[in-house]
Amino acid sequence: MATSLTKFSRRAALLAPVLALGLAATACSAPGADESPTTGSDAAVSTDLGTDPITLEMYAETGFPLAKALADEFTKQHPNVTFNIREDQFTVIVENAPRVMASDNSPDIIRLPTMVDLVKDDLLKNLDPYFTAYGWDKFPASQLVQLRVGEGGTTRGTGSLWGMGLGYSVTGVFYNKKLAEQVGMTQPPATIAEFEQLLAKAKTAGVQPIMQFNKNTAGINFPHQALQNQFGDPAQVADWIFQKPGATFDTPAALKATQTIQKWAQAGYFPKDANALDYASMVGEFQKNNGLFMFNGDWESANLDKTMPGNVGFFLFPSESAGGKHVAMSAPNTFGIGAKAKNPDAAAFFLNWAHTNPTAREIAVKIGGSSPGGPSDLAVPAAAPNTVLAETLKASQQLGEENGAVDFTANATGGIFAAAITPEMQKLIAGQQTPEGYVKAVQAEYAKELSR
Amino acid sequence: MTSAFGSAPAGRGDPVATPARPTRPSAARAHRKRWARAGGTGWLFVLPAVVMYAAFVLRPLVLTIQYSFYNWNGIGVARWAGLDNYLTVFTDSDLLKIIGNALVLIVFFSFVPVALGLLVASLVRRITTGAFGTVVRTVLFLPQVIPLVAAGIAWSWLLSTNGLINQVLRAVGLGGVARAWLGDFDTALPAVGVIGAWVLLGLCTILLVTGMSKIDPALYEAARLDGAGPIREFFAVTLPSLRQEIGVCLTVTIIAALASFDIVYISTSGGPGLQTTVPGLEIYRLAFSQRQVGLASALAVVLMLLVLLCVLPIQRLTRGDKS
Repeated sequence: MATSLTKFSRRAALLAPVLALGLAATACSAPGADESPTTGSDAAVSTDLGTDPITLEMYAETGFPLAKALADEFTKQHPNVTFNIREDQFTVIVENAPRVMASDNSPDIIRLPTMVDLVKDDLLKNLDPYFTAYGWDKFPASQLVQLRVGEGGTTRGTGSLWGMGLGYSVTGVFYNKKLAEQVGMTQPPATIAEFEQLLAKAKTAGVQPIMQFNKNTAGINFPHQALQNQFGDPAQVADWIFQKPGATFDTPAALKATQTIQKWAQAGYFPKDANALDYASMVGEFQKNNGLFMFNGDWESANLDKTMPGNVGFFLFPSESAGGKHVAMSAPNTFGIGAKAKNPDAAAFFLNWAHTNPTAREIAVKIGGSSPGGPSDLAVPAAAPNTVLAETLKASQQLGEENGAVDFTANATGGIFAAAITPEMQKLIAGQQTPEGYVKAVQAEYAKELSR
Repeated sequence: MTSAFGSAPAGRGDPVATPARPTRPSAARAHRKRWARAGGTGWLFVLPAVVMYAAFVLRPLVLTIQYSFYNWNGIGVARWAGLDNYLTVFTDSDLLKIIGNALVLIVFFSFVPVALGLLVASLVRRITTGAFGTVVRTVLFLPQVIPLVAAGIAWSWLLSTNGLINQVLRAVGLGGVARAWLGDFDTALPAVGVIGAWVLLGLCTILLVTGMSKIDPALYEAARLDGAGPIREFFAVTLPSLRQEIGVCLTVTIIAALASFDIVYISTSGGPGLQTTVPGLEIYRLAFSQRQVGLASALAVVLMLLVLLCVLPIQRLTRGDKS
C-alpha cells in the first residue's frame, strides 16, 4: 500500500508540470472571437474584372457538378481568372462553413448552408452594393427573397442580400410512367384527393405507392411540407422559416399534414423500411421501378433522364381543390462571398455572369437541371423534349408565375432538421409519436434554438 | 473536443524513462553530471513526447473543460454559463436517454465479447499451435483490423430489408421475423450492439488465448488428478488465471462502448428517433451541427467521467492483490 502511495505521488508530481504546460498553452480568457469590425456594406465596389490574373477560391459541394462546369466556362471566357475549387459533402460544408470562413484562408465563393448564423457572426459579405451596381433589381424579387437576412442576423426574407443562387431548384413529385399506366393513372392528379386515390390504387395493385427515404435525414418531410403548404396559408409556413416574431409550427395546417402522413404510413404508402433507407437507396429503388411516386427535386432530373429515359414524369404537388394555386419548396443553390474574401469583386462578377451569360444559363439547365434564375426578360434555355428535365423546368416557370415558392421547413434554423424534424418524423411513421406530439416537439426545438 | 474522452486510457503509462547516466569521463562536466543525476537528461529524452502529449491531449482536455462553462457557438462571443450546461446534461430527458443507450451498449460491446471470447478461447486453446492455429487466430482477429466504417457499411447491408440475414430467415421459413433491423425501433440498438460484439470478439479471444497459453500446465494436471472435468477445470484454473486479461478486455471494450461513434454513425446515424444515438455522436452533433460548443463540451466531460467511473473499479478489481 505504502509503495503504491509513493508511486502515486511521484506520478502526480510528474504530471503537475505537464498539466501546467497544458494550461499555459490555453489562453485563460473566454473562448471565441473578440468583436470584429463589421464589413461595411457601403464600401465601393467595382464591376470591372480587369486583366490582372486572379485565382478565385471556391468551396463547393460534392455531387453538384454545376459549380465546376460554370467555373470552367468562366475561365474559358475570361482567361485571367482561374478557380481553385475545394469540394466537400454538403453536410460537411454545413459543419465547416463558419470555421473555414473565419480562418485566414476564407474562400471567395462558398456554397452556403443556412445564412442567418453566418450573418450574425459577420462572416458573409453584404451583397447590396453589387445588387445596385449590377441592377439585380431586374430579377423577380421572389427569386432573391430567401437570400435576404435582416440586420444582425434576425429575420430572413427581408433586409440585405447575402447570397445568390447557382441554379434555382424546384421540388415536386416524380412518377414512374410504366407503373402509372399499370395502376390506371392517365394524367397527373389535380387534387390531393385524387393523389390519395392513386396511392390506394397502387397499394391494391401491389405497387409501392411512394418511394421515400427517412434515414439520416427525414425525407418524409418532403411530402409533409407539400401537404402543409396546401392545408393552410403558405405565408404562415414562410414566416416560420424566416423566423418572424410570433410565428409557430403549431398550426392546424401542420397538424392536418402530420395526421395525413401518419395515415399514409399506417396504410403502407411509404416503404416499410423507410427509417432504414437513405437518399441514395431511395433513388436506387425508384430507378429499379420500385415505387410509383418519389418526392424529390429537379437536381435529380438529369440523372433520371439518363437512368430511366422516357419513363419518368414530374408534377407539382396538387392543391386541395382543382385549379388551386401550386405551392412548392423551391430554393436557390445558395452561394455567398466570404467577408474575408480576397477577390470579392471578381466573385460577384462571376455570380452575375452565371445568371446572365447565355452559355452559363444553358449550363445551369443542362448540367444543374434547374432554372438559372436571372432577369425575368431572359428566356430560360430549353431542355430536350420528352425529358423529365423539360418537365421540371416547366414546373419551375409555372411556380414562378403563380408565385408559389417557399423555402424548406428544414432550413428554418441550423439545428431543426437534425434535432427535431428527423428523429420525430422517424418516430411518427413508426407509430412512436402522435401528430399532436410531433407538431409540439418541432415547435419546442425551434423556440429553444431561437432563445439562445 | 473528441480527444477529451480519447485521453482517458492514455494517462496510465509512466511517461518518464529511466535517467541515463553519462559514462564519458570529462573533468569539466561535473555540473552536467549533477544535472543528469537530477533527471535532466531523462527529461530531455521525453520532452518531444511531453510536448506532443501536452499539445494534443492535455490542451484539448483543458480547453474542453473550459468551454463547458460557456455558451458558445464556436465563432462568436462566448457567454459565461456557469454550471448550466451540466445541469442540462443531467436534466434533459433526451440526453439522459442517450447516455442510457451507451450503458446498454456495454452489454453488447463488453459482456458478450468477453463471455463469448472465454468460450471460444477455451475451445481453440488446444489448437493454437501449428498452421491451423495461425489461421484460426488470423480469422478471429480480422474484424479488429477492418476499419470500423467498413464494418458498419458491411453490416448495414447484411441487416437491411433485403440483406443476407433476412434472406436466410426467409429461406428457412422465418420470413415473419424479417425486418429492417437497423430501422426498427425495437431492434436498432441490439443490432448496433451485434456489430460491436462482432468487432470486439476477436480482440477479446486473442487476448484470452494468449493469457491461457501462459497458464502453467501443471495446474491443469493437478486439477485433472483431483478428478476435475473440463468445466470444473475452467472455473478452478482457467478463469482465475485470466483475471488480468479479462480486466484488460473489459477496460478496452467498455471504453469502446461508451465512446462509440463510427459504427453508430455509419449504420444508423443515431436513428430511428434517438434509439441508437450515443454520447459520442451527440457531442459531435451538438458541437458541429447545432453549434452548442459549451453543451457538447459538458457532455464530453461527463462522458469522460463516466468512462473513468466504469473503468477504474475494474482496474482495482483485476489488478488489486497481484502487485
